[in-house]
Amino acid sequence: MSRLSYVARLPQGAQPSAQQASQRLATLALRGIMASCLCITPVHAAGATINPEVSFTLQASYADKAGGERHISGFLPEGHAHGCDPKKLCLDHSEFMLAANLTPTLRASSSVIFVDAENKGEVEELWLQQVGIVPGVSLKAGRFMSELGYANSQHPHAWDFIGNSLMPTVLSGGHLIHDGVQLKWLAPTERFVEVNAELAKKSSNSPKAWSLGVHLGDDLGASHAWRAGVTYLDAKPLNRTGHVDDINEIEAQTAFTGTSKTWVADVLWKWAPDGNAKERHLKLQAEYFRRTQNGQLTCEDNRAEGGACDGTSSAFRTRQTGGYAQAVYQFMPRWRIGTRYERLDSGTLDFNSTVLPIELAAYKPSQRSIMVDFSPSEMSNLRLQYNRDTSMQGSPDKQWLLQYVHSFGAHGAHRF
Amino acid sequence: MRLFSLSALNWLLLLGLGTTPAHAQLTVLTCEPEWASLVAELGGAQVSVSSATHARQDPHHIEARPSLLAQARRADLVVCSGAELEAGWLPLLQRESGNPAIQVGTPGYFTAAEFVTLLDPAHPGQPLAGHVHAAGNPHLHLNPHNLVPIARALSQRLQQLDPPQAAFYRERGHDFLARWQTAITKWEAQAAPLRGKSVVVQHGSLTYLLRWLGLQVVADLEPIPGVEPSLNHLASLAQRLPPGSAKAILRTPYQAARPAEWLASRIQIPVRVLPYSVGGNPEARDLFGLFDSSLKLLLAP
Repeated sequence: MSRLSYVARLPQGAQPSAQQASQRLATLALRGIMASCLCITPVHAAGATINPEVSFTLQASYADKAGGERHISGFLPEGHAHGCDPKKLCLDHSEFMLAANLTPTLRASSSVIFVDAENKGEVEELWLQQVGIVPGVSLKAGRFMSELGYANSQHPHAWDFIGNSLMPTVLSGGHLIHDGVQLKWLAPTERFVEVNAELAKKSSNSPKAWSLGVHLGDDLGASHAWRAGVTYLDAKPLNRTGHVDDINEIEAQTAFTGTSKTWVADVLWKWAPDGNAKERHLKLQAEYFRRTQNGQLTCEDNRAEGGACDGTSSAFRTRQTGGYAQAVYQFMPRWRIGTRYERLDSGTLDFNSTVLPIELAAYKPSQRSIMVDFSPSEMSNLRLQYNRDTSMQGSPDKQWLLQYVHSFGAHGAHRF
Repeated sequence: MRLFSLSALNWLLLLGLGTTPAHAQLTVLTCEPEWASLVAELGGAQVSVSSATHARQDPHHIEARPSLLAQARRADLVVCSGAELEAGWLPLLQRESGNPAIQVGTPGYFTAAEFVTLLDPAHPGQPLAGHVHAAGNPHLHLNPHNLVPIARALSQRLQQLDPPQAAFYRERGHDFLARWQTAITKWEAQAAPLRGKSVVVQHGSLTYLLRWLGLQVVADLEPIPGVEPSLNHLASLAQRLPPGSAKAILRTPYQAARPAEWLASRIQIPVRVLPYSVGGNPEARDLFGLFDSSLKLLLAP
């Protein structure tokens, strides 16, 4: 899938004008107006490869699963579970991307995703990145996917399984995206040592957040490579909404204000015989989190609908854990199989249940998935997945999901 | 106390705040082993060179592994084929390494494709089926004539990046080019009997070698460039090609053995695994060995 492309071998004389053109383009890109991006003529220079990179990723899926609202029991995930309505073809998370190298060290990138359920587009990413301010240090500013753990910094079309998994859903409502700055430093050492720090003025589920992470990585012999790290995320949610059933089985909306401190550990292991992933390769991936929340939870008044909440709030403290492990194996060119196990633990749930009449009891939500996918070409992928979803207490579900991803145009290569 | 001060110095060095030693070798990272071999020829002991890939890896399909990022972080110069061969991973190495010295448009970034004419560029508007490199075929190191302008340009680049050693690089460059021209003359004499012979290939990996030697490609195991050989396509080839209609089926060490062997058994044609790059077989120890071995395999009865 990683096709094309980088920049412009600009003839020396042509450089200034091409740069000016790119900068004009950046200004427009930063306004985030898709329509104006579409009518810009790409910068052409003699012998140049494609810059800017323009691509569209079609992501069509179909799900055979239980209808109605599904909650992750024992947790207060932000918002509703994303994804498609049951038994309907949907284009959720199809993406339009535009990226350009403005100077040798300045890159701009934007992506707009289509949120099918709400029939609208959303600016998922829009950032400028200055590479190598001092050797090894890169600064990114704008809206970007956080480096929290491993999978969070990937676009959904690069995920190996269909739909949101449990861990990101409870941590950030699906995808932790920051409006802010990110600083990364790669140490000048033999072994890969990377430190990243992020500061968000607005984040997926809180107005303020910062994080600090470190990752190590290396090869082991010719056939193995690994990467592992820990990230600490500190957020200050303000009226973060959640959805849960109350004791009358009526949907209730909650609002949490306080502090949220999360540790995430992630490990990735890849194997390819002799380092040649073309024929066969194996990818093992696992992430684990521990989150402590401390603050006030309000259950909004839903008595008009026959609910039990009256809008009062209670002190709310939780300490919860969870994670997943998955394996994906390419057993022959173009064909892969994979399995994933996810498990959460509602852990400590400390609140006054008479003030907050909600159904939030101890539970260990889990989900098992298996998938098989086939890539007719480098740009396309067809995937079939089966989930045994026991994330909602007393309401297990067997789900079949089908997904087709096709990329058009040039887009940046996928990370390790 | 002494231990402490040593470790403090180490930390300073680690943070890039310490001074570098008075005389340092140039650290060069190449995308493919053929360029590592060329850098070693041109830079000798003044350079420390490593290759991101080896000949048994498909250079299209490499991941920006942490170990490669760590190498790119410390490189003074990156030498690659270019022409989008490394488009799936090199931009990531450049960006994620945070190393300003090796970015596109800086002297620390060298692509061989800039200095030669590429074969088979895509026509404007051609459907981007499979894996088409718009600029042309990037497996350009397999015509030894291409190495001449590339070696000249690369020697100049080394001189530019390490001026105190410029005379040394210049001299090694002249020496290499003289030996290389002699070798080309020898190879062309050896390969004369191959002119006009037919071969079956997999992908355009060997195109430069075959065109240089005047070999005819009668079939490709890939239905579309970059798309893996399918059973359907192989079966149609088996039907179309009469037994003995080509001298050999050629593949590289990084391509799967099965498709070529399946077809070989149907049409009674031998399979030859050419080294493709330096390290592709024991004889291909350097650029000279690469062509010696390739010719020997092609000339084998």
